Amino acid sequence: MHIVDRRLNPGGKSLPNRQRFLRRAKETVQRAVRETSKGREIRDLDQSGEITIPIDGIREPSFRRASSGGRRDHLLPGNRDHVEGDLIARPDGGAGGGGGGGQAGDGGGGEDGFRFVLTREEFLDIFLDDLELPDLAKRKLAVTEVQGIRRAGYTTTGSPANLALGQTMKIALARRIALNRPTTADVAAFDERIAAAEAVGESGRAEELRAERDALETRRRRIPYIDPLDLRFRRYEPFPRPVAQAVMFCLMDVSGSMTEHKKDVAKRFFMLLHVFLTRRYKHVDVVFIRHTDRAAEVDEDTFFHSPETGGTLVSSALAEMKRVVEERYDPADWNIYAAQASDGDNMSSDAERTAVLLRDHVLPACQYFAYLEVGDPPGSQFGFIGQGPTSLWRTYEALGLAGARFDMRRVSRQEEIYAVFRQLFQRRDAVGERVGA
Amino acid sequence: MNAFAPNRLLFEGADWDFDTIRRIHDAVEELSRRSLGLDVFPNQIEIITAEQMLDAYASTGMPLFYKHWSFGKHFAQHETVYRKGLMGLAYEIVINSDPCISYIMEENSATMQTLVIAHAAFGHNHFFKNNYLFKQWTDPSGILDYLAFAKSYVAACEERWGHAAVERVLDAGHALQSQGVHRYPRKSVPDLLSEERRERDRQAHAERMYNDLWRTLPSRPAGGDARRRREERRRALLGLPQENLLYFLEKTAPRLAPWQREILRIVRNVAQYFYPQMQTKVMNEGCATFVHYQLMTGLHREGRISDGSFLEFLTSHTNVVRQPMYDDPSYNGINPYALGYAMMEDIARIATTPTDEDRAWFPDLAGNGDPIGTLRDVWANYRDESFIAQFLSPNLIRKWRFFHVRDDADEPVLRVERIHDERGYRALRRSLARQYDIAWLAPDIQVVDVDLDDTRRLVLRHRVLDGILLQPDDARRVLQHIADLWGYEVVLEEVSADTGATLKEHRTTARAGMFF
Repeated sequence: MHIVDRRLNPGGKSLPNRQRFLRRAKETVQRAVRETSKGREIRDLDQSGEITIPIDGIREPSFRRASSGGRRDHLLPGNRDHVEGDLIARPDGGAGGGGGGGQAGDGGGGEDGFRFVLTREEFLDIFLDDLELPDLAKRKLAVTEVQGIRRAGYTTTGSPANLALGQTMKIALARRIALNRPTTADVAAFDERIAAAEAVGESGRAEELRAERDALETRRRRIPYIDPLDLRFRRYEPFPRPVAQAVMFCLMDVSGSMTEHKKDVAKRFFMLLHVFLTRRYKHVDVVFIRHTDRAAEVDEDTFFHSPETGGTLVSSALAEMKRVVEERYDPADWNIYAAQASDGDNMSSDAERTAVLLRDHVLPACQYFAYLEVGDPPGSQFGFIGQGPTSLWRTYEALGLAGARFDMRRVSRQEEIYAVFRQLFQRRDAVGERVGA
Repeated sequence: MNAFAPNRLLFEGADWDFDTIRRIHDAVEELSRRSLGLDVFPNQIEIITAEQMLDAYASTGMPLFYKHWSFGKHFAQHETVYRKGLMGLAYEIVINSDPCISYIMEENSATMQTLVIAHAAFGHNHFFKNNYLFKQWTDPSGILDYLAFAKSYVAACEERWGHAAVERVLDAGHALQSQGVHRYPRKSVPDLLSEERRERDRQAHAERMYNDLWRTLPSRPAGGDARRRREERRRALLGLPQENLLYFLEKTAPRLAPWQREILRIVRNVAQYFYPQMQTKVMNEGCATFVHYQLMTGLHREGRISDGSFLEFLTSHTNVVRQPMYDDPSYNGINPYALGYAMMEDIARIATTPTDEDRAWFPDLAGNGDPIGTLRDVWANYRDESFIAQFLSPNLIRKWRFFHVRDDADEPVLRVERIHDERGYRALRRSLARQYDIAWLAPDIQVVDVDLDDTRRLVLRHRVLDGILLQPDDARRVLQHIADLWGYEVVLEEVSADTGATLKEHRTTARAGMFF
């Protein structure tokens, strides 16, 4: 008989099968992830999550008998009061009294969902894939942190250069005390007593003392002052060093003209931005600012879901952002990013103030500012087609800032989000250099 | 009462280590030989974690298997359910191989490990080694090598032909798995030598039987008869009718590439390997459960396990053999462990203390005084269907209060056909046995013809029993797989077994670019 311990075998044996499964169910999983991510908060986007997909797409068919029709025999245990020839009313559904012929729900087809849990990475991969993230950018997003080296206690082996002298001496001392190693003073004391004994002529006594002294000396030699066992070396270990902290401002016009569709497009953009930032920074704060003709910092739910009406003053949002930055996010400590989503409608009297705020106050504090102009889906009567630049677009365009720290794009369909996102963020590295220089 | 010293306990408490496992195995082995006369393959016991058990679950219990998405699907599903605590894991998985591999989970207590070893490493192991179906259809010493081959072959194909192409073949193969087994050993193809011998025998026979009178018989009319004979010859050449669809496609589908045929063959061989297990679920589990019960009580009687651990064992044992009655909310069909175990116990009872009724029903068996020998014989020579047909006793029918309900879709109500009384015993036994006859349960679908002259259309026929048609969605999907493999049109006729009338017809043509 053999006993084999398989517990230490490399795990994840099922991983290739799982990957095949996900690939197989890709479309349905994508749809499910899209649905799930709609209901998620921006911050929770990259969590693992349970996904339910219709069983139909991953059905494994086989020839089997239908669960209804025809004549069937059921052999059941537990007869209490039936006698031969009894007639029994047909139970509702397939289950119950007649359940011997097969599992309930056998023939029902594919209504049941198939539930399983996606890991964080899988979820994100599929979420980004859905946006047709090109591989190039994905690699960039996947870079999380810089590796650093830090002290991590002591170890018993190492190179002489890393010898921790103090620690070694401390341990040596403890060992010497524990083993009761005679000190030089102890030996010297004997020498004195021997000398004293010899001085008074007690040679026998002196001999005894000398023997004791020798024993002491041997013991002293046997217990070294520093033993190889005492050596301690400084240990170093790599650790992920967070690059820095970042804050992300989400600015959105929520006046009546921002439809659910526009908000949804904007939300997707913000989500992507959040994923992007969390992949780069250890810690990302999110600030939601919405505005009509007045602006306020709100929570995410209010930001996306509560309707408002009123005039539009874009400058109010920028002023609010400026206030929050001054209060809480010192540009010296924080990497500040902002994304503004709007349908581009602004009071013409506000243009001047908006331009000044953006150019002189907001942009200098920001690493990057992205303006996203969202439109209705193509085909609807308010599409971009046949419509000139909006007032806000003209305002920003006139600043002539497009480039390093600021960029603007228009988007009207969810599918375009990723492409637009990439356009907006493709010059990231250049910006980083300029700022760092 | 106890003849042995108390310190003969195999273990104390719930903890175990490798020495304990070895001690348990040796004690169980010794006892199984002495008290039950079991004959087993050498054992290999593997200790695994819960995750590995989930893994093994997902790939039909095999330690190594080719890769396919359906295993990933099952893993994902089991995992979700398991993590939520909705499902416990099986305590063991055992593989019909030589040496016989049993997986045991690290979480089990020492008592559970003893139970699992008695159940799997001795009960199942003995059954695998001795039952005629397993002897006839499986090759325990070769299976692991074959699976290793299958795994690397499929992997090599994926490398060479791409994941998608291989997946399509496997999908099609899996869909036909239950129509991919030989139910009977086939006629062997004659070789030239035996042909020559047969020819000589025929000649000799003709000479011996020669009678000039035969010459005077009028000859048969030609025409339709010749055509019929040509058709028959064609079918014979193609080996039709053929119920093993997978085999037929592998051998005769005109356009498959050799590697595609090989993959179908792998799927078919694996399905064939598991076929005996499907036919002996009640017996196999009954045998293992009976064996573990005997061995555990034996160990307890001889003072090798403590009272506490014997109680722990009894708790699991009663859970395993629990059979809810039909009106119980937890009723989910007949529990093969319960039925098998009850029948084994009943056989042992009939062999030792028979009643008059038993003597009338089982004249050979009743009171023969050798319960264990009788059971060993039963384990070796029956499958579920024949086992139940032969050994389900009136006593047990009464005890389980079996009854037979007929559900005719044309009638407004169900009808109780038979109950557990004098009139019912034989009929109940017959219909219960039939419920375990795999050949009766799986729909009878055969390849009946191929239109070789013209369209190359493949004709399948489903012999519809009791008016139960195929589940249409699934039938359509599977038929699509067949058409893709075959490369041309496929027709599936559903024909009533009673009247011969065609009830339904499905047609599909091959999708372009699926396999070639």
